[in-house]
Amino acid sequence: MAQVVVLVEQAGDGVAKPSLELLTLARRLGEPVAVLFADPDRAAALAPTLGEYGATAVLSASGPDFEDYLVGPKVDALAQVVAHRQPAAVLVSSGLEGKEIAARLAVRTESGLITDAVDVRAGEDGPETTQSVFAGNWSVTATVTHGTPIITVKPNAVAPEPAPASPQVEPLEVTVADTSKGARITATEPKRSSGRPELTEAAVVVSGGRGTGGDFSEVEALADALGGAVGASRAAVDSGWYPHSYQVGQTGKTVSPQLYVAAGISGAIQHRAGMQTSKAIVAVNKDPEAPIFALADLGVVGDLHTVLPAVADEVAKRKG
Amino acid sequence: MKIAVLVKYVPDATGDRGFADDATVDREGTDGLLSELDEYALEQALRIAEDGDAGDDVEVVAVTVGPDDAADAIKRALQMGAHSGVHVLDDALHGSDAPATSAVLAAAVRKLEPDLVMCGMASTDGSMGVVPAMLAERLGWPAATFGATVATDGSTVTIRRDGDVASQTVEAALPAVVSVTDQSGEARYPSMKGILAAKKKPVETWDLADLGVEPATVGAGAAWTAVRQTAPRPPREAGRQVTDEDGSGASALVEFLSAGKYV
Ligand SMILES: Cc1cc2nc3c(=O)[nH]c(=O)nc-3n(C[C@H](O)[C@H](O)[C@H](O)COP(=O)(O)OP(=O)(O)OC[C@H]3O[C@@H](n4cnc5c(N)ncnc54)[C@H](O)[C@@H]3O)c2cc1C
Ligand SMILES: Nc1ncnc2c1ncn2[C@@H]1O[C@H](COP(=O)(O)O)[C@@H](O)[C@H]1O
Repeated sequence: MAQVVVLVEQAGDGVAKPSLELLTLARRLGEPVAVLFADPDRAAALAPTLGEYGATAVLSASGPDFEDYLVGPKVDALAQVVAHRQPAAVLVSSGLEGKEIAARLAVRTESGLITDAVDVRAGEDGPETTQSVFAGNWSVTATVTHGTPIITVKPNAVAPEPAPASPQVEPLEVTVADTSKGARITATEPKRSSGRPELTEAAVVVSGGRGTGGDFSEVEALADALGGAVGASRAAVDSGWYPHSYQVGQTGKTVSPQLYVAAGISGAIQHRAGMQTSKAIVAVNKDPEAPIFALADLGVVGDLHTVLPAVADEVAKRKG
Repeated sequence: MKIAVLVKYVPDATGDRGFADDATVDREGTDGLLSELDEYALEQALRIAEDGDAGDDVEVVAVTVGPDDAADAIKRALQMGAHSGVHVLDDALHGSDAPATSAVLAAAVRKLEPDLVMCGMASTDGSMGVVPAMLAERLGWPAATFGATVATDGSTVTIRRDGDVASQTVEAALPAVVSVTDQSGEARYPSMKGILAAKKKPVETWDLADLGVEPATVGAGAAWTAVRQTAPRPPREAGRQVTDEDGSGASALVEFLSAGKYV
């Protein structure tokens, strides 16, 4: 059976959820082979999880080169795996790093690249993908016609499903080229965790915009009452009210939760691009003409400063 | 020092974007403009030219690969302050995918011999965000991507990139490719003086022969991916709208939440 290479990302001490989604998708195309950048102990610790989701082999490379430089050394590793195994596809998560690795790998291996797939399935001419384009207003089906299909997949494309396998961990010896060590990471400053669910993975997202006037405490309180994540519009981020990593939209995160609450957000196309595939959308806005109402399942015309706290109180009460 | 800023001409995102019959982006139905995300790259290049840290002889060249109308993107870049422009224009380019576009840009960069190439984080139409990395791969240059800040002393470039779990400082020796995010600082508007000055600035138009690129290696026919189908998504339907009076808004919202089992 054909092999499908999956680039695994780590989150905290474990495997990042999007990587489990990739393994799940990979099984539709062949036998998943996980590629991991971790020292042998850690690789051994992560292998059971990867196996649980269907990885038939875990290839692991480690060393300072993979930590000290941007993507170059990782691309060398993947190019080597592609050359040896001739996989049916390479699946990578659609993050900053994933896309950059995929881009370089595509050129290096003269392969077609599809980015930001929201679905991947086996087709007659190899993997077939669905992408959502133009702010989610169009849906595109595509295939790769040259080389090894390289596909980056958005988070939440599929729910991770276990399919246990018992992979061996194989160390990957990589020859890292000098030209791959051009962009050196000279400092890393970790960010404080909010303690709330991950924005792109949360079932509920409550976002605030310019209408908050700068005070996000009401947005946070409602998010906490609903066990959700906090998001922000670019206007709120640009004003310095909330960190950029919480921005929802074209140049921020794409979210697709069960419930999205937009408070004091007008609903510009660039914001909609990041949230309009949410299952249910609720908007609270003073302006009855705000474009966000055109996509809201429930629109509340009102002041978020009175509506949000009242809702948070009532939700807390019902929870007891 | 020479900085090439790569600017793309894209359909206006606030217009009604869609696909033409050949599944390429429809450029007839909507107005086009210089991709807003590339204005940030140009802004950073202009600031480098102005602040003097990389010497006081910094030349900024705006480069675009695109159809006739893409000349507008160059014009806008010149009005904002770029010193000259290059428009790569050739009928064979229609329908090129990202690998082909990056190959054409690589040929243009080799001809221009800049010290630094600055790009936007993604184009606002395709929004793949991969051309800068592909270009760097083809040139064998380092890429410092998604910079929220950019600084150069003329021999190295340093960016800060703002990731989800950490922010990183990344350094690369020139020549290098840099891409910048929309966090890097508002782009300027062209001044009246800039608009007048732009008329006298040199713009070169190059075709594939000028770049030594074989026409058969670009365009829709040479693409490494194929679009099988395009379909407009049915628009979301607006639901119920209630106007908050004496707490009715909050009640409606709570009801919605409990009906949907969110509480
Ligand atoms: C290339 C590009 C990329 C972009 N990327 C993004 C992106 O990723 N994400 C993004 O969000 N934007 C993005 N934008 C910006 C986008 O165009 C909008 O400017 C932005 O989304 C507006 O944010 P906002 O809705 O918070 O602010 P506004 O448009 O100012 O809307 C504020 C809303 O709050 C309402 N309001 C005010 N006070 C109250 C109150 N007390 N109670 C209730 N409602 C109130 C107002 O009626 C108004 O509708 C991008 C723009 C460009 C050009
Ligand atoms: N046709 C083009 N002409 C000039 N620059 C381009 C072109 N396509 C992409 N770029 C550059 O590459 C960046 C990322 O583009 P993309 O990978 O298409 O999202 C853009 O912000 C531009 O700086």
